[in-house]
Amino acid sequence: MHDEKVSLATTEYRTVGEVAGPLIFVSKVKGVSYNEMVEVSYADGLTRYGQVIELAGELAVVQIFGPTAGLDVDQTKVRFRGEVARMDCSINLLGRVFNGMGQPIDGGPEVFPEEITEITGSPINPWSRDEPRDFIQTGVSAIDGLNTLVRGQKLPIFSGSGLPANELAAQIVKNAKILGGEEFAIVFAAMGITRREASFFQESFARSGALERVVFFLNLADDPTVERLLTPRCALTVAEFLAFKHDMQVLVILTDMTNYCEALREISTAREEVPGRRGYPGYMYTDLATLYERAGRIKGKPGSVTQVPILTMPDDDITHPIPDLTGYITEGQIVLSRTLHRKGIFPPIDVLPCLSRLMNLGIGEGRTRVDHRGIADQLYAYYAEGVDLRRLVAIVGEEALTDIDRLALKFADAFEQNYLDQKDENRELEQTLELGWKLISLMPRESIKRIKDEYTEKHYNPEKAEDITTSEE
Amino acid sequence: MERTEEPLLLELGPGLLSSIFDGIQRRLTDIAEDYGDFIVRGVATVALPRDRLWPFEPMVDEGMEVAEGDIVGEVQETTHITHRVMVPPGISGRVAQVKEGEFAIDEPVVILEDGTEISMYQTWPARVPRPVKRKENPTMPFITGTRILDTFFPIAQGGYSIIPGGFGTGKTVTEQTLAKWADADIVVYIGCGERGNEMTEVLTEFPGLVDPRTGAPLMQRTILVANTSNMPVAAREASIYTGITLAEYYRDMGYNVALMADSTSRWGEALREVSGRLEEMPGEEGYPAYLATRLADFYERCGRAICLGSDDRVGSITAIGAVSPPGGDFSEPMTQNSLRITGAFWALDTSLAHRRHFPAISWIKSYSLYLDQIGDWYTKNIAEDWRAVRDNTMSLLQKEVELQEIVQLVGPDALPDFAKAVLETTRMLREDYLQQFAFSDVDAFCSLHKQYLMLKVILAYYDGLQEVLVHGVPLRQATEHPIKNEIARMKEIPSEDAEEKLTALIEKVRQELRGLSEW
Repeated sequence: MHDEKVSLATTEYRTVGEVAGPLIFVSKVKGVSYNEMVEVSYADGLTRYGQVIELAGELAVVQIFGPTAGLDVDQTKVRFRGEVARMDCSINLLGRVFNGMGQPIDGGPEVFPEEITEITGSPINPWSRDEPRDFIQTGVSAIDGLNTLVRGQKLPIFSGSGLPANELAAQIVKNAKILGGEEFAIVFAAMGITRREASFFQESFARSGALERVVFFLNLADDPTVERLLTPRCALTVAEFLAFKHDMQVLVILTDMTNYCEALREISTAREEVPGRRGYPGYMYTDLATLYERAGRIKGKPGSVTQVPILTMPDDDITHPIPDLTGYITEGQIVLSRTLHRKGIFPPIDVLPCLSRLMNLGIGEGRTRVDHRGIADQLYAYYAEGVDLRRLVAIVGEEALTDIDRLALKFADAFEQNYLDQKDENRELEQTLELGWKLISLMPRESIKRIKDEYTEKHYNPEKAEDITTSEE
Repeated sequence: MERTEEPLLLELGPGLLSSIFDGIQRRLTDIAEDYGDFIVRGVATVALPRDRLWPFEPMVDEGMEVAEGDIVGEVQETTHITHRVMVPPGISGRVAQVKEGEFAIDEPVVILEDGTEISMYQTWPARVPRPVKRKENPTMPFITGTRILDTFFPIAQGGYSIIPGGFGTGKTVTEQTLAKWADADIVVYIGCGERGNEMTEVLTEFPGLVDPRTGAPLMQRTILVANTSNMPVAAREASIYTGITLAEYYRDMGYNVALMADSTSRWGEALREVSGRLEEMPGEEGYPAYLATRLADFYERCGRAICLGSDDRVGSITAIGAVSPPGGDFSEPMTQNSLRITGAFWALDTSLAHRRHFPAISWIKSYSLYLDQIGDWYTKNIAEDWRAVRDNTMSLLQKEVELQEIVQLVGPDALPDFAKAVLETTRMLREDYLQQFAFSDVDAFCSLHKQYLMLKVILAYYDGLQEVLVHGVPLRQATEHPIKNEIARMKEIPSEDAEEKLTALIEKVRQELRGLSEW
């Protein structure tokens, strides 16, 4: 975002009439526009930024980013900058660190913009969109094998407090590649995360040598809440710029969307809007959609924006408005489970509620392997059955089960220990698919219903299953 | 700001089919050409291009009396759809002049004696229902090719149903499957507040798919209204009305139109958002108090009707509305208000979706009120005992639920053999009948006749098991019989071979199982 560059076009007012929480009311304004950026100079010389959020006649309501304590009604100067929030875009942003408003904070040189873009963005014309279809290998079996990520997709990670979503995201960033080996540019937007989490990411990117292809946006937990609303927009503006102007494959990590939504609620309350579910504003769906829908591909352009937003489900509740609305917009979800985490499984992905809607576009003949879909469906069917049976066993005991049920139970354990649990191993797709066949080979052949016979013929082999270990043995 | 002094007026005429519009009938293709890949604010386009010439074939002669709704001529809009040019509602008189040849849509083709000019297109306010002579009761089924829907919860042509379900349960896949295979002349697909990539999927997939009945690309019978979630909210609110007006226009020509609205919840939310900004007093969960009225107004615009015009042609609109209840909880206002109006309820079940049972439509919670109305058609066209077969199967599925409760307490081994036979059969029903893979070449569309025969096979198996038990043969011998695998593969039999192969299979099942008891 600029400093001082367009100061000629600005107007200064000293007509602050009222201060209420993060809002100030400036009267007798002229020629001010909605969402215009504002600089506010406090009596003690401090400068803060703000944004016009309401206009009525000659009265402008300005939302200040940051505390309004110490703001003086008489001496405060308000400067309307005559422009909405913008971001300086350049290829040189790669490797740099910015604050939540897009100003560099790494002590590096000022950015010389190739292009100055409004951060609100415009919706991609559905007609111009190209279908996401290229498989992205993340090296995680539960994702590659069962819930494939595809270029141009938005696939969030639903986490709970204390679950290793950050570790999973860092692992994806480290290993993500398109078949063919092209590397990703990464745009990382941190909203309201702690300094500890931020340095975890910085260190892990530095370790994996990814740092020079990362654009970092940092809005830490103690930074102004309102800035959080700008952070993902700045990040996505840069992502779109890199993808569609510089033809790069861009992976955007947004963490933590829960903090973003909290900020949205805080501002909505300050504006005295009619609250929707749990106090979140009624337009939260639309607001989130304006972020998530900025993922995608465009016809005739080689670049792509792929999003992996991370959010924390309050109290692990997937029906909470934040995960709920997110799930309705994104193309699937990766859900982490506390039970698996307690069992020491990493990544603790609970595959049953997981989904990748675009999976079918990215897999199959010519993309991954022709039997990919079948393997995934069969693994799902067996695992779901095994998990169901666990509940039953808790009540009636294992003796009451039939032989095939006992096998399904064993399968569920083997699946968790061998397929899901992979620690920091980076698995190639072939390995993941082969592992799938090994697990399927634990089960009797006639119970295979989701895979075409010809593939079963080729790959099914009970001897393979001998490599599979379960804790009982 | 400039007043147009008109409510939202739509342009209705040739050129609508295979087009993609946004919620206020702006052509997205033109916006892309003129303004680039992103939709910038405040652009305007004409809905129907004026520079294209259409061959007009008159159907009236000079001196004839015409009344509102009468067909004055025809235009071949796509290979298989003939666009009927009608006298707009409210106009009648004696024809003074008729033209023939190629015209742009805004040139007059018929001129009445009082000077009224009729061109190939008319305008209509989106929020006002187009008039019909009268509404009729539906009698024909709306054939979808999806087994669980056609067999257990059918809707009628001119009926309306809702599909509510949490995210990831398959609303959109079901809507798209219906848009592809359903038995309709015209399909209007409204992507209301949903994902951009989903519209792209429709746009890339439909032109390549072939309509099984006409052999033309599916896109030629489809109109897309796409207002994705990040496009303006006010246009999203309008998109539903735009969609239904387009549907009504083709119904007026005497076509059977299918309207897919994905998702009506996003429309409700747009209503809520607009209402919130207007500072109206909120009703339940912040929705405006008039939500139920608006919903009813929308769904009641569907139905089977005798259209305006002297030839008494019949057209219909069948609507299928997806509902996205927050948290998958059906007690919320959108689902409940829709339920009060619609005739069929296809409840999507999250736990079925989790175990990849698709379509994840719950056979316990869903219902259809059209069964009796269209039952006659099935009896006449499919089989005398269709209803009995359907009801028997349904009662088996109901029994399974009760038995599962017992299994939860005592385990499956403690059940008596006859109960195990029920579970064995219902498992087969679930896996080999109810599950249907929307992306399979053969299985995506299953003809009614094949559906009936498949059910007969499974029921024959059930009867066989009963007989085996009566003869004191252990159930295990029957359930381990390889005939099961053959039944499991009957999905893959193409509809045209179904008669021969499935009749043979029914006989084989009977004999094989009987063979067991004779041992």
